[in-house]
This record gives sequence, C-alpha cells and structure tokens, in this order.
Amino acid sequence: MTLVTNDRVILEEPSFARRMWRMLLADKFALCAVIFLIFILVLAIIGPTWLGDLATKQNLRGRNAAPFDWERGWVWWMGADALGRPLLARIIVATQNTLMVAAGAVALSAVTGTFLGLIAGFSSPRVNQVIMRLADVIMSFPSLLIAVIVLYILGSSILNLMLVLAITRVPVYLRTTRAEVLEIRERMFVQAARVMGASKNRILFRHILPVVLPTLTTLATLDFAYVMLAESALSFLGIGIQPPEITWGLMISQGRQYLTNAWWLSFWPGLAIILTTMSLNLLSNWLRIALDPVQRWRLEMKGHKYG
Amino acid sequence: MIPPSDFEGAMLKFVRTRAVASLISLVGLLVMVFFLSRLTGDPAALFLPVEASAEMKEQFRELHGLNDPLLVQFSRYVGDVVTGDFGESLRKARPALDVVLEAFTWTLWLAVITMTLVAGAAIVVGSLAAFRAGGFFDRLASVVSLIGASVPDFWIAIVAIVVFSVNLAWLPTSGTGSLLHWILPIAVLFIRPFGIIVQVVRGSMIGALSSAYVKTARAKGVRSGPIIFVHALRNAMLPVVTVLGDQAASLLNGAVIVETIFGFPGVGKLMIDSILQRDFNVVLAAILVTALAIFAMNLLIDLAYALLDPRIRH
Amino acid sequence: MADHLLEVRNLSVEFHTAVGVVKAVRNISYHLDRGETLAILGESGSGKSVSSSAIMNLIDMPPGRISSGEILLDGVDLLTMSAHERRRINGRRVAMIFQDPLSHLNPVYTVGWQIREALTTHGTDAAKAASEALRLLTRVGIPDPENALNKYPHEFSGGQRQRVMIAMALALRPDLLIADEPTTALDVTVQAEVLALLEELQQETGMAILIITHDLGVVAEVADRVVVMEKGVLVETGTVREVYKNPQHPYTKKLISAAPGKGDMHAPAARVEPVLSVHDVRKRYGSFEALKGISFDLMPGETMAVVGESGSGKSTLARILLRLDEPDSGRALWKGRDLFTMSPAELYKLRRDLQMVFQDPTQSLNPRMTVYQLISEAWVIHPDILPRAKWRERVAELLVQVGLGPEHMGRYPHQFSGGQRQRIAIARALALEPQLIICDEAVSALDVSVQAQVIALLDALRKEMGIAFIFIAHDLPVVRDFADHVMVMQKGDVVELGTVRDVFETPRQDYTRALLAAGLDPDPDVQAAHRAARLRRAS
Repeated sequence: MTLVTNDRVILEEPSFARRMWRMLLADKFALCAVIFLIFILVLAIIGPTWLGDLATKQNLRGRNAAPFDWERGWVWWMGADALGRPLLARIIVATQNTLMVAAGAVALSAVTGTFLGLIAGFSSPRVNQVIMRLADVIMSFPSLLIAVIVLYILGSSILNLMLVLAITRVPVYLRTTRAEVLEIRERMFVQAARVMGASKNRILFRHILPVVLPTLTTLATLDFAYVMLAESALSFLGIGIQPPEITWGLMISQGRQYLTNAWWLSFWPGLAIILTTMSLNLLSNWLRIALDPVQRWRLEMKGHKYG
Repeated sequence: MIPPSDFEGAMLKFVRTRAVASLISLVGLLVMVFFLSRLTGDPAALFLPVEASAEMKEQFRELHGLNDPLLVQFSRYVGDVVTGDFGESLRKARPALDVVLEAFTWTLWLAVITMTLVAGAAIVVGSLAAFRAGGFFDRLASVVSLIGASVPDFWIAIVAIVVFSVNLAWLPTSGTGSLLHWILPIAVLFIRPFGIIVQVVRGSMIGALSSAYVKTARAKGVRSGPIIFVHALRNAMLPVVTVLGDQAASLLNGAVIVETIFGFPGVGKLMIDSILQRDFNVVLAAILVTALAIFAMNLLIDLAYALLDPRIRH
Repeated sequence: MADHLLEVRNLSVEFHTAVGVVKAVRNISYHLDRGETLAILGESGSGKSVSSSAIMNLIDMPPGRISSGEILLDGVDLLTMSAHERRRINGRRVAMIFQDPLSHLNPVYTVGWQIREALTTHGTDAAKAASEALRLLTRVGIPDPENALNKYPHEFSGGQRQRVMIAMALALRPDLLIADEPTTALDVTVQAEVLALLEELQQETGMAILIITHDLGVVAEVADRVVVMEKGVLVETGTVREVYKNPQHPYTKKLISAAPGKGDMHAPAARVEPVLSVHDVRKRYGSFEALKGISFDLMPGETMAVVGESGSGKSTLARILLRLDEPDSGRALWKGRDLFTMSPAELYKLRRDLQMVFQDPTQSLNPRMTVYQLISEAWVIHPDILPRAKWRERVAELLVQVGLGPEHMGRYPHQFSGGQRQRIAIARALALEPQLIICDEAVSALDVSVQAQVIALLDALRKEMGIAFIFIAHDLPVVRDFADHVMVMQKGDVVELGTVRDVFETPRQDYTRALLAAGLDPDPDVQAAHRAARLRRAS
C-alpha cells in the first residue's frame, strides 16, 4: 500500500562533530577560549615532569627578580619569587594541581548531583522530599566557612579539598537535574515510551538523560570556573593546598607579603586564573547556544555569513 | 479580586511551611557541627592551645563533660544552643554569641550595601543590553560582565591595595574608621556578583522581550521605556531574584577573604581568627548565626517570588 | 488614492535564517475598506501573518527585512514613517488580537491595568481610563466586570481571555482591527460566540477587520472577501462565495476539497463480541470530577470517535485506558480481562495490543533519536516480536506503508514536516502490531490538507489490518468521514453515543445539536443558512 504524499522534502543535515566545529569557527571568542584551554590542559599534563626541578630549585641570587628580563631564559621572563624560583615555570607546574582539584570536584559533584537529581525527579514524592531537604541543608551552609572548618579539622590534602568543594556543589546539579526531569517526564515522547512498555531505567537513561545532558555540560563548564576560584581562595587563606605543593591560589598568597616591592609575584598567577576562568565562561556561553536546538541557528547563521 | 485576607492567609501558610523546612535544615546543621567537633579527633585538642599538657586536657574534658556518653553530650549541646548559650569566647572572655553578633552586624551592613548596589546596577545594565542585543552597549556589557565574573576577588583586593592605597595613597588599607574605609571592600565585593547578575538579567530579559505579551504591548503603541522596565522586567525578575539570593548568601559567608585582606571586623574575619587561635565556641556560634541569616534571606526570596508573580500566590 | 482604508502594495518581506534568506511574502497586494472584513487564508508556512506584522511594525529587523512595497493607511505610507509616528497609530487607529490570549496578556498585571494602559498610552487621563475599562469589559460580556478588572489573566477561561483582548484592542475605537487566528485555540461553541461578538462590534463602530485564519469555516462565517496565500505568494483573491464556488488556482481547489465532512459516512457492521468493554469508569482530581462513569463497547476493527470540548474528560479517558493514569473505579475488559487490575507483567504484554498516537508529533517523538531508533525501539522493548536481523527491513516496510521512504531512516524528527512526523508516530505504533490504536487529537495540530491525508492513511490501515481505533477529537466534522460510532462527551459525562449517521443526522441531545450548529461549514451559503437559523433561535 502506498499513499500519495507531496511533502517528501527532507532537510539535509551535517554530522554532529562537523556541525559543532562550524559553530565553533563562527564564534571567535569561543574558539580562542578552546585553544587556550587545550594549551592549559597540555601544560597541566606535561608541566611537572618537564619543569618540576626548575620550579623548586632555590636560587638566592635571583630573589624577587623583576620580569621582562629578556636576557635570561624564557622561564625567567615573568620574574622570580622570594626564593629565586622562576615564576613562569612555577605557574606551569602549578597548573596540574589547580586543574586537578577543580576537575575532581566538578566530576564528583556532577555525577553525584545528577544521579540524586534523576532519582528525586523520578521517584515517589517522599524520596523526592528527603533529597530536596538534604540539598536545602547543604545550600544553606555557609559553604566557604564549612570548608574552612572541615579542612582545618580533617587536615588539608588535595583529596579533602576536592571532597569539600564537591559536597558544596552537589545541590547545583541536583536541583537542575530534578527540575529538568520533572519537566521532561511529562513530555509526550516519554509518555509514548511508557505506552510502548519501556522500563523505568530505559525511560530514565535513554529518553530523559540525553535531553538533560547538554544543560549539565554547560553547567559543569561554568562550575569548573567557580570551583577553581573557590580552591584558589581557600589556598590563599592558607587552608587549601599546603606547600611544597603549589596551586595558582597559593602562589598569590605567597606573593602577598612582597606586594609593595615585587607586585609580579601575585600578579601573574592571578592573571592565569582570570584567563582560565574567562575561557571557561566563554566556552560555557558558547555551549549553551550550540547544544540548544532552538538557539543553534544564531551560530549557524553567523557561520554562513562569514564562511 | 483576591480578598486581602485570603492573600495574607496564603502567605502565612507559605511562610509557615518554609519555616518548618528551614528548621529541619537547621537541626541538620546542628547535628553536623556537633559531630564534626566531637568525632573527628579529640575535642580537647581542638579547643585547647597546642602546647596544653595532658593534665590540662583531662581537666578540660572533666569540666566540659566530654567523658559523658555522646548522646548525653549532644542533648546538653542542643539545650545550650537553643537557649542561646554558645559558651565563652576563650580569646575575648565574653559570651561567644555577643562577639559573633557584633561582628555579624558589620558583615550584614557590608552585604546589604553591596547587594543593593549590585542589584540596581546589574538590572539596569542587563536590561539595556538585552533591549539592543548584539549592539555596541550589549557587547561592552558582555565583556565587562564576563571579566567581572571571572576575576578572583582576593586578587583584585590586593591589586587594589597596591594601586589605590600604596601607590596613589587615596584610600586607607584597613579598618572601619571612616566612609573611605568602606569603598575598597564594597568595590571588590561588587565585581563578581555584578558580572554574574548582568549575564542573568540579560538572558532573562531577552526571553521576556521576545515574548508574546511584549508583542501585544507594541501593538498597543506602548513606548520602549515602559516595555522594558514595566512589561518585560517584572516577568524577567524571577530567575534574577534566585541568583541575587545565591549571590547574597555567598556574600554573607564569602566576605571572609575581603574582610581578612582589608582588616574589616566582620564575621568572616572573626571566624578565621578564631580558628587560627582555637576559639572554637566562637566558630560554632558564627556558623549557626550565618546559617540563620541565610535561611532568613531565602525566606525573603520566596516572598519576593510571590510578590512578583501572581500565579505563584495561588 | 485614499479611497481604501488600507492598501498593501507589492509587499515583500524576507528573513535571514540558518539556511539562508527566506522570502516570507513575495510581492503581495490587497486592500480593505471601512466596515469590511477581509480574510487572509493560508496554511502554516504560507506567510499569512507576515503582512499584518508589517502593518503593526512587529517584524524584528534584523533578521527580518521589508525588501519592497508600501502599506497605505488612508493613503499615507506606514513604512516611511518614523518609529514614533508608527507607535501613535498602533492601538489608536490599528489594533490587533492574537491566537493565544494567555501568552499575549502579561501574566503579572491585572487585566484592568492592561486595558487602562491601552488608553493612557495614547493620552487618556487615568480617571477616564478606569471608567472606560469597566465599560469595555461589560461590553464584551465578561461576568462581574468590576471584580474582573482586578483579576489576572490566568484566572479567566480561554474564551474570556480572548474577550479581554478584544476589549483592550477596541479601547480607542480603531479604524482597523487585525485578528490573527483569534479563535483557533478555542472550543467550537466559544469560537462561535467570539466571532459573533466581533461582528456585533464591527456593526457598532464601523471598523474594518482583517482576519487571518487557516479555517475555511471561519472565512465563510465572517469574511466579505478572501485572499488565499501559499508559500508567501498570493494565489487567489475574490469574494468568499466566488472563491469557494469557483476556485481558479489549483491550491485553492485542493484546500477546499480537503475540508472534512463531505464524504460518505461509514455504516458500521453488526455488533459482535466487543474487543474492549468499558464499564462505569470514574476519575476525580481533588474536587474536580473528570470522568463521571463512562461506559461503552468497542468491536474489533471498529472506529469509535470520542468528541468533546476542553474539560470534557476525553483525554483523561485515553490516559486511563492506557494506564498512564489510574481510574478511581470502573472496569475496562480487554478480551475479557480487566486491564485496570493487570499486574506489571500482564500490562507489559498488553502494551503490544494497545497503542497510542499523540496530538503533537513534534513532542511525541524523542528529538534525539533517529527515525530508525524511534521505530525499532518497540522491538528493543519487546524483543520477541522480531529478530534484530530483520529490524532494518521491517522499518523500511513500515515507512513505505505510512507514505515515507526507507531513505528517511537515519533522519531526526525535526528534519520532517508536521504531517511527516505524524506518519512516523503512526509507523512507531504499527511496529508493535497492535489491535487497538488510541488517537488523541492526532490530526488537530496539522494543516487541513495534511489532516485529510493522515485520516486517509488511518482509514486505510483500519481496512487492511483490521485495527480498531478510538479517535479523540474536539471537532465533529473531522470524525464524520472516519468514524463508525461517535461518543459525545461533556464535563466528564457521555452525552450521546450512537452510529455516526445517527449522531450527525438525527442528534437526540441539545448539546450535540449545539456542537453541530457551532461548527462552521466551509460553504458560505450553508454557513449563512446556519447563521440565520441560529439568529432565529436566539430571537
């Protein structure tokens, strides 16, 4: 049996990766951000093995050496710290810890929060209530203060720092996921899956999660920046990462006492933080549009105009 | 028309449910603080100076009933807290709660002034940026808010001290003596919330400005000013209020850094000092007072929702 | 040249989109005189609303651009005026009402405030505006107008909201009222009332009305002349009667022939053993009684149409029969087994026999799954239907069966048109080889011409495969050509249940008669007779 139908025109569509690439090219800021973040990521991976010795070896003659001394090797271009260690090398080495703490905390909180959010949005009202109250409790903690106390009592290590930061961020993912699940589960395609007899797990992981995922990706990118700032603040206060480990936040703190005569000690690591968080914010803004089928045209239109 | 009594009744019920929920959260907080201070290591070691002898520690345990069963300790602790008794500040030899409340007043002022400025500025800037999305002002606002949202406040604080206090000598570095002392802390605290909220206002306003009711207003011949600030803004405020609340909360506890750097005698600085000097009673009191303040603020946020959107009142 | 109130000349509007520049309307011209009603008739994508947005200065530029033409109001070109001058005209000389009054009224202000604003914006003082707002609400027939002024839009029903919109639009007695699909979201009986109100007000004020619609019935009821649009081009214009009786353009002909309710009615076969037997199903939500005891039998291979306005409980019934919602009491025997008491395992088996096609295919198809994944999901869930090796082949077969092609397998739903998507949804339902398909408003979101095609498809499936249908609709004409039996519902009750011929030709109940009378016939002569009959009854 065939039926006469005149509407057989189908829109052609490029593949996902191609599409994302084109949209990235259309947004120059996001492109720069991505390049910068990849650069930082590479530094984080190779930094400690590459420059580890150079960054820790003291050189008392080069104490607080000023930046922009083009005569010396490139690692000295940003000057040196109070013990004569080259700042540029130290910043590169510190990248690993800085990114690792943030990445660990974001991954941990995102996975836990999403999982709890899925449960809260898809189970009985009672379970939902319990989970939401839990989130309320965490949200109403003065999180930075709690972190201070917990780290003080438990002692500060990279792992503890990750855990504390992760706990304070769980509610963000939990609430977002739950709100989305509550909305999506009423959508017609979920009802259609139920009518076909799909199991709860199938509905949750095959139909609901893929729709929530873009939102969560955007959120996690933004949160990465937030957690990085929180970590650097804790390290700045002296209760985050402890020497001889270094992070950018700790470097700012170490340079603080030399502010008046050697501003560069605090300035460069601060700049590294700003550039990274800014890149993450830009990437998050771009993702928000690129992953939204309703808004995507904005970027695709630009791509057409310029390309 | 909604009879006023009905409206008030609904609000009262609403407030009551929120208060009960908050109470549950507070109890949770209380439990956590207690177990953190009692179970993770020896409280005597936490509360006493590092160089205290074993004898002193034992005496301390005896004095504070730390050798009693945990449950007895907990009920005594809860009883004390409920009656507002957080013990003495070891450092200042005054009731801990008094010390905390004094410091908290300073922080509250700082937070209220900053958030008022942030809300006013961010709403105007974000709305205007959204009205001509893609235009020059929008791009400028985007860059400024992006930088603002990305800058670590402690870094800005020390840079500001170098520039304005040390090099230019325009502003004092620390204390609360004059109005000039407030400028740097407020300016530094302003930056991040401003950056974040401008972005939220802009996003929310773009949505509201493209909505159907704005089309109706344009078809009625309403001018641009009222369309932005009367028709769209009130609708766009719900997500903004949420973020305003979050930012105010993080100001209440996040002022730690700025207070420490500028020597501002607020609750954040008090906490850091008390931790470093092992004045644990003050620390516990400070946590609970801050938490209480955040609860109160969340309640205000919920009330603001109901005031803004008649659909929530029902 | 000021002999027409409104004259649109050679108007072209284009939009910049992801796929390039789209010409929304191309070189269209029409005119409108005082006291006259002109209808712009078109389906989705025809650009029928674009010219009215241009008149009201509501096109966002960019991405929009008016590439040519002029819009003369009393001989003065609106397009060359300043924004300030345009604003002085909007609301005062030209006003507009929209399809969806809920989203077009500001949700956070009272309706009184919004009506007063329409007046004060153009210089009326506050006291005068307040008394006028009350007068207007009274005039458009809002009950208890004094209290209504202080209510918010969400506190009104759909029909009342449209009345509020009308009150607001007519506040300053404009010369021209533009009505963009003003009754599309409303029930038929409410639609008739709102259209009647518009006509009364036109006679009172002598304004011209430009009505934009996809519905031939609305055209026949209110318009003097009609302009037919297809894909941005004006294909035909004339008096309503000329165009209906003697259409020139093939598109107009197609549109008129696609209007439902003209074919032969089914004569149902003798009743045998029912496949589904529903007894006294009840459901309440809080104090609201959604279903007040519904009973009916459905024979194998038979189509039962369930017709009712919003709030009649017809969708609740569908959800309960599919166990998406639980009933409070009652039984539904599927081949003798009560499906309300089935265990999860039994229910899982039942899902194969009972399928559903939803109203809006845009929402009922998961946007992140390909057509192949969407259709084969049935066999992932029920693996014993078909071995995996044959999935591809079977999906291709099903696609051909519903009028699509195997080459569409790898595409995503958003790449298809509305009608195509509904075909995919039907193919998905067929994948489980069901014996009963419940269609909940399955064609109401589709254009008339597409609607006819989808109904033809469903009818063919019924004949070939012996599938029974429960076909839920708010509109009587749609079910006339397709149903064997019709059940009319109102406020959770069955008002009338009978063969399609009985219900359409000799309705026994007043409500059924009212429903039939309120439905608009595309033939202007028939519709004129309807109207005369209605007026006789009213007087």
